[in-house]
Amino acid sequence: MPETPRVSSLVLDVPGWGGHRPGQHVDVRLTAEDGYQAQRSYSLAAPADGERLVLTVERLEDGEVSPFLVDELRPGDMFELRGPIGGYFVWDGGGPLHLVAGGSGVVPLMAMLRHRAGGDAPASATLLYSSRTLGDVIYREELDRRAGSDPTLTVVHTLTREQPEGWRGYARRIDLEMLAEVFDRSETEASVFVCGPTRFVEVAADGLVGLGYEPSRVKTERFGPT
Amino acid sequence: MESADLKLDGNAIGGLLGEVFVGELTVARSTCGTCGAVREIGALAVYAHAPGAVVRCPSCEAVLLRVARGEDRIWLELQGVSCLELRAPA
Repeated sequence: MPETPRVSSLVLDVPGWGGHRPGQHVDVRLTAEDGYQAQRSYSLAAPADGERLVLTVERLEDGEVSPFLVDELRPGDMFELRGPIGGYFVWDGGGPLHLVAGGSGVVPLMAMLRHRAGGDAPASATLLYSSRTLGDVIYREELDRRAGSDPTLTVVHTLTREQPEGWRGYARRIDLEMLAEVFDRSETEASVFVCGPTRFVEVAADGLVGLGYEPSRVKTERFGPT
Repeated sequence: MESADLKLDGNAIGGLLGEVFVGELTVARSTCGTCGAVREIGALAVYAHAPGAVVRCPSCEAVLLRVARGEDRIWLELQGVSCLELRAPA
């Protein structure tokens, strides 16, 4: 299921899957005919629907695993999966959510928003989401729809490389000023999750701590170049 | 590419450590043998581009542990950790 030109969501049937928590990931291992193995971690994008999982994968040009998952995988294909993994970058519901996403870092945060939407009377949630262009925004329609129908959910986009005509959102990389404008710091009990490329995460997490967030409340997940 | 781009979090090795330990290790708490900082494994700095992963203390940058996976074995070096606190299996 394509999400953007570079990103696809995969729907997997995993017999015996025992459920997972929002923010957890799986390791995908591919084995070539000659026995060579490559393994990468991918975030679960949605709450489990029985034994059905959703991964959202960004195709990296020189990647060993993602081009196969995005371009070559066909319905019925099988591969090795390990998980669910992680207990640190995990949200179990309750309390306000402050989320900061860079690119495909939105995936585990989307799992939290989807999980939250399934609960009763959720506390407020704010997502600040940085993408290069509007076309690179993953889950754009769903985020618009959720934010439009849920007054307690705020989604703020920044487009760093190219903006469509008449764009009224932010048009720069995230910085201290933007973080201060977007997040309500009076929500001191908020759970804070930051996910994106390494440098993005450093800037966002340092910024949030600089704004007075307790460092131990700012949970981060960095992803590397492959 | 600079090494700054290759820094990950303890989350990234959760699957590998799960092969060694019982239970979810990213919420285990490790004490740095150098500076004494106590952090959950998920909050540690991981550099995974070497053959194996090097895990450093986010406070003082000291190497806490190294873990490498071979075809049929795992090497785990924990010299920099003075204490590891895990949830006991139920």
